[in-house]
Amino acid sequence: MAVTTSTPPDTQEPAAPPEPRRQKRSAANVWLGVVAWIVGIAFFFPVFWMVLTSFKQETDAYTTTPKIIFEPTLEQYEGVFSAGVGPYLVNSVIATVFSTLLVLLLGIPAAFAVSLRPVKKTQDVLFFFISTKMLPVVAVIVPIYVVVNQIGMLDNIWTLVVLYTGMNLPIAVWMMRSFFLEVPGELLEQASIDGAPLWRTLREIVLPIISPGIFATALICVIFAWNEFFFAVNLTAANAGTVPVFLVGFITSEGLYWAQLSAAATMAALPVVIAGWVAQNKLVQGLSFGAVK
Amino acid sequence: MRGAARRGRTRLPAVLGAVVATLGLLAGCSGAGALGSAEGVETVTVAIVSNPQMEDAISLAPEFEAEHPGIRLRFVSLSENEARAKITASVATGGGEFDIVMISNYETPQWAQNGWLTNLEPYMAATPGYDRADFIPTVRDSLSYEGQMYSVPFYGESSFLMYRKDLFEQAGIQMPAQPTWQQVAQYAAQLDKGPGQQRGICLRGKPGWGEVMAPLDTVINTFGGRWYDPQWQAQLTSPEVKGAVQFYVDLVREHGQPGASQSGFSECATQFGQGEVAMWYDATSAAGTVEDPAESTVAGKIGYAPAPTVATPSSGWLYTWSLGIPQTSPRKDAAWQFMSWMTSKEYIQRAGNDPEIGWTSIPPGSRQSTYQIPQYQQVANAYAPLILDGLQRANPQQPTVQPVPYQGVQFVRIPEFQDLGTRVSQQVSAAIAGQITVDEALEQSQNYAETVGESYQR
Repeated sequence: MAVTTSTPPDTQEPAAPPEPRRQKRSAANVWLGVVAWIVGIAFFFPVFWMVLTSFKQETDAYTTTPKIIFEPTLEQYEGVFSAGVGPYLVNSVIATVFSTLLVLLLGIPAAFAVSLRPVKKTQDVLFFFISTKMLPVVAVIVPIYVVVNQIGMLDNIWTLVVLYTGMNLPIAVWMMRSFFLEVPGELLEQASIDGAPLWRTLREIVLPIISPGIFATALICVIFAWNEFFFAVNLTAANAGTVPVFLVGFITSEGLYWAQLSAAATMAALPVVIAGWVAQNKLVQGLSFGAVK
Repeated sequence: MRGAARRGRTRLPAVLGAVVATLGLLAGCSGAGALGSAEGVETVTVAIVSNPQMEDAISLAPEFEAEHPGIRLRFVSLSENEARAKITASVATGGGEFDIVMISNYETPQWAQNGWLTNLEPYMAATPGYDRADFIPTVRDSLSYEGQMYSVPFYGESSFLMYRKDLFEQAGIQMPAQPTWQQVAQYAAQLDKGPGQQRGICLRGKPGWGEVMAPLDTVINTFGGRWYDPQWQAQLTSPEVKGAVQFYVDLVREHGQPGASQSGFSECATQFGQGEVAMWYDATSAAGTVEDPAESTVAGKIGYAPAPTVATPSSGWLYTWSLGIPQTSPRKDAAWQFMSWMTSKEYIQRAGNDPEIGWTSIPPGSRQSTYQIPQYQQVANAYAPLILDGLQRANPQQPTVQPVPYQGVQFVRIPEFQDLGTRVSQQVSAAIAGQITVDEALEQSQNYAETVGESYQR
């Protein structure tokens, strides 16, 4: 979530052919730019406020006239570190990395099958994929909890890896399908005339073209898995807790916690922000790639 | 070309195989956060609510481990709502993740009846110096089922009224020894300087059965209202309940804090601690927060009065966070060793003498002997006797004027109440926000309560 907001709003229009009414058009551009900035700031402000609050004392964190000027402190970050964030971070990394790898491993062939090599009843298959996202998670938590409990996998990080894979797979297949459809048909025809086998076509022709799309898909999966809270809080206890579960430990019903919670949340958001920043170019490329239709 | 193709063909299974192998390898060390346990060392997992006193206990736990080399402790610290949901799910389904669970007097008797908890009487009897009789009697009874204790209290709380002595003095108001709600409303009006300035009182308005419903239930009780009559007929549209809720909503809307429909304990603690409101009616455990100079600018200027009343002799609530052992735990003896340490007289001494914690932040309201400790009397003289008195006078068997078929002061001790209380609280919160009238809120609440009541009428 933080990633999309931390990138400056993209105000550039695709290069327009020169037109006589250029002046009118540039006025429209200015307006679009203003709107984009307002939306960007509106999205970014809560994140900015969270970071700001994380450097406050608890007494400054929640005041009726919000404080912009205050004496900054690193006390809250010290508190978060001393609360033992380490194991939670490791668990989050395992859950995120492995679920994303599994999603790509299963999702790329699936997306290929339902786009470039349409199998029987492609539409039904696609609908089936997305239908698994139509039920709210809370509606399935009881059966999932019972099954996980029965097979003795409660409080095990691999349970989350499997669930996050299942959670992200439909989105990934749908996203990647739109990228696959961008691949020019002539290239595939050429490849099949040359007698290239399926796997080779996929690996040497299709994948390089859609790699920004795969990047974008992977990043979305990383963000969803990193931020997932509901499964994590219900299915883990002492061993497999992830960072979002660690965060709620700072909320107390009888005390002040906003500053420390902000510090913990800032730290939790940081890895995703960094990942998004590193992948920024690929991400923008990938997102505009699939979206031009 | 052919060669390349063959290479390509063989690589997919190879890659898959490598990934599966890696997964298998890592699955062996499942839960990377887990600490490997040495031979002969038992690891006790404790599910705990992340309130300040509990965090203090976690910080002192290494001392316990040093004294008990055979026991390692692992804490799962969650906020109240998450902890309650998690612990309930785990204990009810026999999930067995926890050896010790932090629960309250709402859960303990119900769960004991369901056979989910371990009877602690034999453990207490076998622990010299634990002194079961020292627990405050109302607290002890609230954690018992058929006379047997199924959880032991870590701290207990009632509710009381906090007010700014300096502001009262300036306005020439004398707080009575036992204020009534009408008096409190009058003082709130006198001390209210209008929107954007110092307001008269802070009252919770946030949805949640443990949020707005807790103080509101005590107001309903003392106005003579009740959730059900002895035949389990819902009573939420009775004149008493209507009067109480209308009073509460009017008071907080007219003289209460800004953003009242989203205020809970923490928000009120901040507003009162920053000197933005003149009074605050809430849990007695608030004293530790508002008397802490690091968190409050009004420390030392605060007066305390018992929970305001109308038609009942007292109206404070009774709540306790306590520790129990689920029946499923295979490590009951080790679990008891830690529980008895955390709920002992020695723990209170240890916390009080700890430079990081101190006497203002000890877990109060569990043991009578706490109130005999000179150091505690010295720092907490302004409120400690009121807490003890409030707890001793709380009456979960007879919370209001007329008889009721349930137990509990600020809750109805039936399993359905978590849901019912939350639904009703959402209606009340909407009334505080001004989206609906009190009558509309209570009509809807009455429907919810009737549905629940019907299942008890047989």
